[in-house]
Amino acid sequence: MTANTPIISLRNVYKFYGQLTALNDVSLDIYPGEKVVIIGPSGSGKSTLLRSINRLETVDLGKIVVDGVDVNDPATNINKVRQDLGMVFQNFNLFPHKNVLENLTLAPTKLRGMSQEAANLLAVELLKKVDISDKAAAYPSRLSGGQQQRVAIARALAMSPKIMLFDEPTSALDPEMIGEVLDVMVNLAREGMTMVCVTHEMGFAREVADRIIFMDKGEILEEGGPEHFFANPSHPRLQKFLQQIL
Amino acid sequence: MENPSQQHIRIEVSDGASIPDPKDRRIVTAWSISIFGAITSLILLCLLKSDPFWNMLQFVSDGVIVTFQVTIFSILLAIPIGMVTGLGRLSQVRAINLVASTYVEVIRGIPLLVQLFFIYYGLGRFFGVGGIPAAVIAMSFCYGAYMGEVFRAGISAINKGQAEAARSLGFNQSQTMRLVIMPQAWRTILPPIGNEFIAMLKDTSLVSILAVADIMRRGTEYAGQYFNYFEAFTLVALVYLIITLILSKGVSIMEARLNYYDR
Repeated sequence: MTANTPIISLRNVYKFYGQLTALNDVSLDIYPGEKVVIIGPSGSGKSTLLRSINRLETVDLGKIVVDGVDVNDPATNINKVRQDLGMVFQNFNLFPHKNVLENLTLAPTKLRGMSQEAANLLAVELLKKVDISDKAAAYPSRLSGGQQQRVAIARALAMSPKIMLFDEPTSALDPEMIGEVLDVMVNLAREGMTMVCVTHEMGFAREVADRIIFMDKGEILEEGGPEHFFANPSHPRLQKFLQQIL
Repeated sequence: MENPSQQHIRIEVSDGASIPDPKDRRIVTAWSISIFGAITSLILLCLLKSDPFWNMLQFVSDGVIVTFQVTIFSILLAIPIGMVTGLGRLSQVRAINLVASTYVEVIRGIPLLVQLFFIYYGLGRFFGVGGIPAAVIAMSFCYGAYMGEVFRAGISAINKGQAEAARSLGFNQSQTMRLVIMPQAWRTILPPIGNEFIAMLKDTSLVSILAVADIMRRGTEYAGQYFNYFEAFTLVALVYLIITLILSKGVSIMEARLNYYDR
C-alpha cells in the first residue's frame, strides 16, 4: 500500500488567528495511495490543515512538503504545486459563467497546454466517470447540489492530480444527494488515488480510510485504522465526539 | 445553488438615470409614459409651431453628434481608468492601494465644472488644450474615479470561493482575475457603467461653457440669437430626455441579457 517516502509531510505546523491557535504543533505523513480521513468537531482546525497543504492558508510555523517541494518556501512556484493537487470544496465553487464542459477544460487547456479537442475528450471521459454525461452543455445553476459536486470532482480530476483534497464535500448537500457524491469518491479511492478528506461521513471513513485522524482544538489527538478507531477509541474527547456523531 | 455569487446584484453609485426594470412587462410604466410624452410633445411642437421649434431642432441636431462624441470618447477612456483604479483599490499592496484611493478621494471632492475649468483654462495656459480634448480629459478622469468604485464593488461581489477554486487548480492571480473573476464581474459592472454613460451624457452639457458645440451650446446659441429662451430650453430638455430614456432602456435590455447563465 505505501511507499517509503511520504507524498505529504507536515512537521510541527502552527497557525494562529489572533488569540486562537488553529493548528497546534501538527505533524503528519501521508504516503502515496493512502486514503486519510480527518474528523473532528467544527473549529478543530481540520479544514485549516487541509487548506494549508495547497497553501490556501499560510502557516505561521513549521514545514509542509508536498511531493518533495516545500510549499511555504518563497522560491516555490505554488501554482505549479497546486496543478498536481486537486481540491474539492464544500460549496462546489463551479464557475457559473462556464458550462459543465468548459468548467472541466479551462484548466487543462490554459495550464497544461492541452488542445481544446483533447481536453473535450478528457472531459467527456471524466463526466462519464462521475455519471453526469448528459449535463455537459448545462450551466452549473441548472444542476442539483450533488450534480454540481460531482462536476467539481471531475474538474479537479481533469488536471490529473497526484493527490485529491476534499474539504467537507458533502456538508452542503441535501441528504438524498450525499450518496451519489460518496459513490464517486469511493470509486476514486479504489483506483488508488491519494486522498485526504475532511468529512463527517463516518460510513465513508469506515469504508475507504486507511487511516483516520481525529483533531480537536488544532491538535491531532488520535490516529489509526478504522477498526481500531471506531472499536477502541482511546482519547476521551474522541469517545465523546463519536458518541455525539454516531 | 445558494451560492451568493449567483444572486442578482445591482450597484448604483452615482445619480445616473434609473434603469427600467427589465422584468416589468406592463405597457404603462414610468418609462413608457416619459418616452411617449417626450416624443409626442416634440412632434406636436415641431408641427404646430414649426417656427421656432422645427428650426431649432435642425440647428441643435449638430450638437447631438458632438454630445455623443464627447461622451463616447470619455467613457472609452474612463472604463480602463476605472478598471485600473478598482483593481488598485482592491490591491493588497499598500502603495498601489494608496495611489488609487487618493485619486478617488481627490477627484470625488472636486466639482466636475471646476475640473473642466482647471484643465481648459488652467492647464490651457501651459499646453493649449482644445475644447473637446479638455472636455474628454476632465470627464474621463472624473468618471474614471466613480467607475473605479463600480469595478471595486463588482469584483468584490464575486464569492471568494471562485478565486479559491481557480487558485487551487493552479491559476495564478492574473489568470484568476482574467478567466474567472472579471467575466463574472462584468455582469454586475456593465449595467452601472451604462448608467454612468447616461449620467455622463447629461454632464457633457457642462462642456458647452468651453465653447464645445454640443446640444446645450447649440440651444444657447439659438436662444441668444432670437431671444426665445423658454422655447429653446424646452427643446433642449426634450432632446436630452429622449436620448437618455432610449439609452436607459438599452441598459435595461443589456442587464437582462447578461443574466444568461442564471436561467
